[in-house]
Amino acid sequence: MLNEFGIRVICMALYIVAAPLLGGLLDGLDRKISARMQGRKGPSILQPFYDVAKLTQKQLLSVNRFQLLMVMSYLFFVIMSGVLFFGGFDMLLCFFSLSTAEMFLILASTSTHSPFSTIGTHREMAQMMAYEPMILLTAVGFYLAAGTFQVSDIIEGTTPIILYAPGFFAGFVFVLSIKLRKSPFDLSTTHHAHQEVVKGVTTEMVGVEYALTTVTEWYENIFLFGVIGLFFVTANPLSFIGAIAAVLVVFFLEILIDNTSARVKWQMMLKMAWGVTIVTGGLNLFILELIKR
Amino acid sequence: MDKLVTVLICLPFLMALLPAVIKHDRIRGYAVYLCGFVIAALAVFTAGLWYARGGEVLTFDLPFTEIFDKAILAGDVFLMFLIIYLSVKHRKTVISLLSVIQTCLVIWTELFGPEAVNAHHIRIDWLTFIMILIIGIIGVAIGIYAVGYMRGYHIHHKEFADRSNFFLSMIFVFYGAMFGLVFSMNLIWLYFFWEITSVCSFLLIGYTRTEEAVNNSFGALWMNLLGGLGIAVAITYAVYAEHTVNLYDVIDFGKEAGLLIPVGMLAFAALTKSAQFPFSGWLLGAMAAPTPSSALLHSATMVKAGVYLLIRLAIAMNGNYVGQMVYLCGGFTFLVASCLAISQSDGKKVLAYSTISNLGLIVACAGAGYQETIWAAVFLVIFHAVSKSMLFQCVGAIENTTGSRDIEDMEGLAVRYPKLAFILMVGIAGMFLAPFGMLISKWAALKAFVDAPSALMVLFIVFGSATTMFYWTKWFAKILGIHESRGKDVTQRNEYVSMYFHAIFLILLCVGFPFLSKYVIEPLMNDMYGSASPVISEGNIAIMVIMICAIFVVPSVNYLLTRNRKDKTVMVYMGGANTGDNKRFVDSQGDSKELQISNWYMTNWFGEDKLFRPAVAIGALILLIFLCVIVGGAVHA
Repeated sequence: MLNEFGIRVICMALYIVAAPLLGGLLDGLDRKISARMQGRKGPSILQPFYDVAKLTQKQLLSVNRFQLLMVMSYLFFVIMSGVLFFGGFDMLLCFFSLSTAEMFLILASTSTHSPFSTIGTHREMAQMMAYEPMILLTAVGFYLAAGTFQVSDIIEGTTPIILYAPGFFAGFVFVLSIKLRKSPFDLSTTHHAHQEVVKGVTTEMVGVEYALTTVTEWYENIFLFGVIGLFFVTANPLSFIGAIAAVLVVFFLEILIDNTSARVKWQMMLKMAWGVTIVTGGLNLFILELIKR
Repeated sequence: MDKLVTVLICLPFLMALLPAVIKHDRIRGYAVYLCGFVIAALAVFTAGLWYARGGEVLTFDLPFTEIFDKAILAGDVFLMFLIIYLSVKHRKTVISLLSVIQTCLVIWTELFGPEAVNAHHIRIDWLTFIMILIIGIIGVAIGIYAVGYMRGYHIHHKEFADRSNFFLSMIFVFYGAMFGLVFSMNLIWLYFFWEITSVCSFLLIGYTRTEEAVNNSFGALWMNLLGGLGIAVAITYAVYAEHTVNLYDVIDFGKEAGLLIPVGMLAFAALTKSAQFPFSGWLLGAMAAPTPSSALLHSATMVKAGVYLLIRLAIAMNGNYVGQMVYLCGGFTFLVASCLAISQSDGKKVLAYSTISNLGLIVACAGAGYQETIWAAVFLVIFHAVSKSMLFQCVGAIENTTGSRDIEDMEGLAVRYPKLAFILMVGIAGMFLAPFGMLISKWAALKAFVDAPSALMVLFIVFGSATTMFYWTKWFAKILGIHESRGKDVTQRNEYVSMYFHAIFLILLCVGFPFLSKYVIEPLMNDMYGSASPVISEGNIAIMVIMICAIFVVPSVNYLLTRNRKDKTVMVYMGGANTGDNKRFVDSQGDSKELQISNWYMTNWFGEDKLFRPAVAIGALILLIFLCVIVGGAVHA
């Protein structure tokens, strides 16, 4: 019989190995579904992997050597957030580690003194400011509903968190479009060529640098979808099926929003994100505190 | 012990005479170093001796207490006349009225009031221990930095009369006053030292004697005197209603008997001193003075006096109106000041707003008065003292070197002045980057306010931390980047000694924080609450230490990994319009034009003209409403 420590280690190892594969597949699926929504056939579902493989073969052109090591640190800290999450550690720690990772992305792009990547960097920072409150509030929501920040304890619950924290869930799904770089909030860089100022925050990232950034995004996405799933998981093993279903629904919803909306200005994004945070997160917080009093 | 403390309080006042009388610049510098070392050594020795004796709470009297009592009364009167003289001279007579009222109130109470229960005057406990170390180490380091800085300052600023001797002696007076303040358990003593810090900061801010400096210094004076009035009222009330002038009796009465008026008045005074909205203006005005005084006011002294008193009062504020007043004020200030910092491009001003914002978080933690929040508050006090002192010194050195303290001019500082940039980066990281001081404090505060429960405070904290992140990140990002020129670094050696000392100290604090928590802060909680439990579990502390190490190790390892990697150096992408380097492009006239990259300041959203006045109004409203409730509640009871 495996003890708790063993399970944790397996989960963490599984995340490190499987997250990029799963993330890449989701990315491929995303492109496929998007294409079908737009009446195209779309690339193979494995296309993201081919892209990354090709990127790693390219000659490294760099403006500032500093950038590569910053991108590597970005990757490290994103993996760390995911490892902490799937290892069942403290939610707040995961999110703090994630914002540290973001810092490295910003330092990477800003170290080049490039006009286009600077525009992307500033927008990236504005995006961080827009989603950060809701991300932290989500952790607070879990704490209020489950009485703990420990992921390993949250999944031991008897009722799914979503029943206590629907507002936090809605808010989190809303800012998820910012985090996943989905239109209308794909200001800093986007997956759609038609609405981009060159390539935003990743403008100066070439070859292996861009490959690493892409893989990092996959890691990050799996972590974020993990948080979505956590809203539905209980001690009952069957709840995992519900969690996976919920993740897929949210995933589809994000693609739908992505394909049906045009990019907004940062002012609008900040207003909407903060407004939604206060209304959904704030109200839910207030109600939960009244219940728990 | 009592002799040691006497020396520690009195010696800085005597030493203040030295720089005042020594006219020769170099000799004065050595005298300041020597005195500074003596004070630092004394402070560390006193703290160490107390620690070695087991860290018990000690209360005692100084030798010749009666004489000190008389001297302090005389000192109060002297300060009053000094304020009257200066305010009449500068045609601000109204301000002297505040001083006259409070001094008369205190003296009347002392001489003609009912006899107060006899108690000791001096107390040492864990909080005192931490404070004397901060004042002794960080404060003195600033003094050492000041010697070199003032030399450079007067070379650059010929228009101001060189009054360095006055400046340096004021710094020593400040040390003495701060030591006195943190040792005193007698409110009248505390009031006296409190007034000295107010007057000292007033004199330091007005150093250059320009119109702006004079106006700002009087702004600082009236706000701090208003706080002093709060203490005077608290003393009078305590003597007449509670027959005591002992701070700890007042706290006990507040906690057990619900006598909240003196606690509320003291808390009010602390809010003015720690520059919370609506009283934030004075700390911003303090920038008019040379940098060492900003560093001193913002980090080791002055504002820390305010939060020191609040942490003391915390147990009497838990779960009542005074606590609510304090934490709402603090939380509101935390959010608004960090928003305001976004719109600033002046390095010192960003630092000033960040101080206010950080103090807001400390004040909020103290106001909540839970174990976890006090734990967080004390951590923040320590980390903030070190990193803010370092940052001010660094910005001062950058200004002396490059001639500008505007963040826009710090583009590519890492290439131009790597040493200065390194210090700046460590300081900024210490202020906000995840595994450092701010994180653990934010964590504890968030947890405490979720448990409190106070939804409003949780919102203040999550939004405040997002805006805090934004303004630090954009500064941090600016320092990196490409810049071809490498200028001459004119920073003096003693300035570097002080700054490197801070940087190493900060890194040690970060790595050693589990020990700090276990051996210093948990005993402190034990003092205050009679029990101490670890706020963050050991597992999480271990993870955090790993994160702290990772933040240094990972980029370094990555550096080694990528060092020998072959790459082809290319120019940045400018749509093909580069003119041969990364700094210029071909404009529409076909000429070569320099590329300017500027940060976002979002002045339409977070500008001072949009936010400052409303924030003062809301802050004042919070204070007034709660003061009415506190006083009304007391009268009703």
